[in-house]
Amino acid sequence: MAILSLQNVSKSFGALKVTDDVRFELAEGEALGIIGPNGAGKSTLFNLIAGNLRPDEGVITLSGRDVTGESPMQRCASGVGRSFQIPQPFGHLSVYENLLVAARFGGGVSGHDAPALCMDILRRTGLAESAAKPAGSLSLLSRKRLELARAMATRPRVILLDEIAGGLTDGECVELVATIRGIHGEGIAIIWIEHVLHALTSVVERLMVLNFGKMLMIGAPDEVMASPEVKEIYLGIEV
Amino acid sequence: MSSSFSKGSARSLGIAIAVVLVLGMIAVPVIGSRALVQDLFSVLTLLVLALNWNMLAGFAGLVSVGQQAFVGIGAYVMFACTILWGLDPLVGVLVGGVAAMLFSIPMAFFAFRLNGAYFAIGTWAVADIARLVASQWTALGGGTGTSLPKGTTKDMFGVPFVKDLLDVSSAAAADAVTYWLALALALAMLTISYVFLRSKMGLGLQAVRDNLEAARSVGINPTRLKALVFTLCAFGTGLTGALIFIQITRVTPQAAFAVIDWTAFVIFIVVIGGIGTLPGPILGALVFYALERLLADYGTVYLIALGLLGIAVMLFARRGLWGLITDRTGFDLLPLGHAPPAPLSETRQPVPERT
Ligand SMILES: Nc1ncnc2c1ncn2[C@@H]1O[C@H](COP(=O)(O)OP(=O)(O)OP(=O)(O)O)[C@@H](O)[C@H]1O
Ligand SMILES: [Mg+2]
Repeated sequence: MAILSLQNVSKSFGALKVTDDVRFELAEGEALGIIGPNGAGKSTLFNLIAGNLRPDEGVITLSGRDVTGESPMQRCASGVGRSFQIPQPFGHLSVYENLLVAARFGGGVSGHDAPALCMDILRRTGLAESAAKPAGSLSLLSRKRLELARAMATRPRVILLDEIAGGLTDGECVELVATIRGIHGEGIAIIWIEHVLHALTSVVERLMVLNFGKMLMIGAPDEVMASPEVKEIYLGIEV
Repeated sequence: MSSSFSKGSARSLGIAIAVVLVLGMIAVPVIGSRALVQDLFSVLTLLVLALNWNMLAGFAGLVSVGQQAFVGIGAYVMFACTILWGLDPLVGVLVGGVAAMLFSIPMAFFAFRLNGAYFAIGTWAVADIARLVASQWTALGGGTGTSLPKGTTKDMFGVPFVKDLLDVSSAAAADAVTYWLALALALAMLTISYVFLRSKMGLGLQAVRDNLEAARSVGINPTRLKALVFTLCAFGTGLTGALIFIQITRVTPQAAFAVIDWTAFVIFIVVIGGIGTLPGPILGALVFYALERLLADYGTVYLIALGLLGIAVMLFARRGLWGLITDRTGFDLLPLGHAPPAPLSETRQPVPERT
């Protein structure tokens, strides 16, 4: 059974239809990439999946269970872990505590097991050195890593990653790809919104293109990238 | 490991100092003057109010300007218990605390719909409504209030015993009893705050304060945590209010629901001491008391000085006096953080203290 499915999901802000009849299924452990121009409705789709927004129409299910009316807290408990495009750290807590709180609440990890789990994730995301620093003092790049790390600490079955590779050096990007492959290797399903296409296509099995809230295409990455329509949208963006 | 050793010995030294201080404070009614007992009583009760407000504003992000509602309700219900229903005033204190807590439930329903400044104004408005209701309570003197009958505190629980024990007047014995209760309340509040803030729920509460949307997305139920803290702090504030008015022995709506005395001064104490820390309110209460002593004769000058100091701290030392001290010395009494286990070692490290 699909771990996540969206059926005819739509969302408008006033007259602007930001999510327009989106429907797809994500298989257990699958990695799906989402691309699309700025303002296409990619982050909005994450807000709908994670429960931060309610759809106007349509149904969202997790492992076959209708969760359309559930709060972000309940969706997290059901296995949705998310990052925010604009990082939202708990600024007065340390980096380590940011993960600890996510592991204890969302991950349901015991007080005994949480420290080791959190340190492991900090090591994998390159944040171990910053563990004791207040999260509010981190640079933007480290904050993005923290978004990834904190989402991992909720022990998700689906992880939603929103543009976490922007601004990285080539070496850092390679490390990030390795980290995300590692998550994928654990059988966690991934949806990754990313403008850095080479990083994205080296991880995901399928690619979705969003434009004006509509799903333009979904399929194997090379097929999608070869399509004339997608090329047109991405004219001027290196592939 | 020498640094952790010296940290450890600083900790034991701190504990030793705290124990001596507490023992000294317990002994004050035996060895000190009655005036000192009364002064320390007011410092301790202000401290409890400050710890409660700090819990709300500093850790839950709930900037309440309506704490006087709980003080007033605690005081009025204690008076009702004593005068109308003939209960021991100390039983009245407990009932007063419970009444304040019950009142905080509908108040939370209303105020939690409001954010930021609107929450502050909303709590203030509710407190004012409570004051108006109290001034309609004709059995307790309506708008002009009422006094505890003479001799009420003489028969209060524990007073005859302390009177004999210390060989003092009933009034002095009553002062001693209320003082010890205030001390116990302050110590309990400090301990509960410390344990709670270091627990899973306390960490979740601080996450909610820092970022509501992110907190929801990591599986926290913000409303439940905030409601819990709001109602418990109403209980603590109500208890304290009732205790304060046993000492004052006279209650009026204006005095019991005074926003200046029970909220504005309390905010001042927390802000100058260091909001979001536990030693901060202690320091703030001491500074406030010292200023009051130094400047009380100057009337309005005193209030202006308090205002200026508050503004200066907000501008130049946002984390208050305690923040200045920890920045300078690196020493933090009652640290609330969870230290990460040592990152370099592969072997299993002892889990940092948790509850
Ligand atoms: N809460 C909101 N209220 C009103 N409009 C919104 C809101 N959130 C997003 N929008 C609008 O919806 C559209 C889609 O926004 P969204 O953030 O989903 O785009 P995106 O594809 O993630 O873009 P980007 O690549 O820039 O991150 C934009 O026009 C945006 O201005
Ligand atoms: Mg976006």
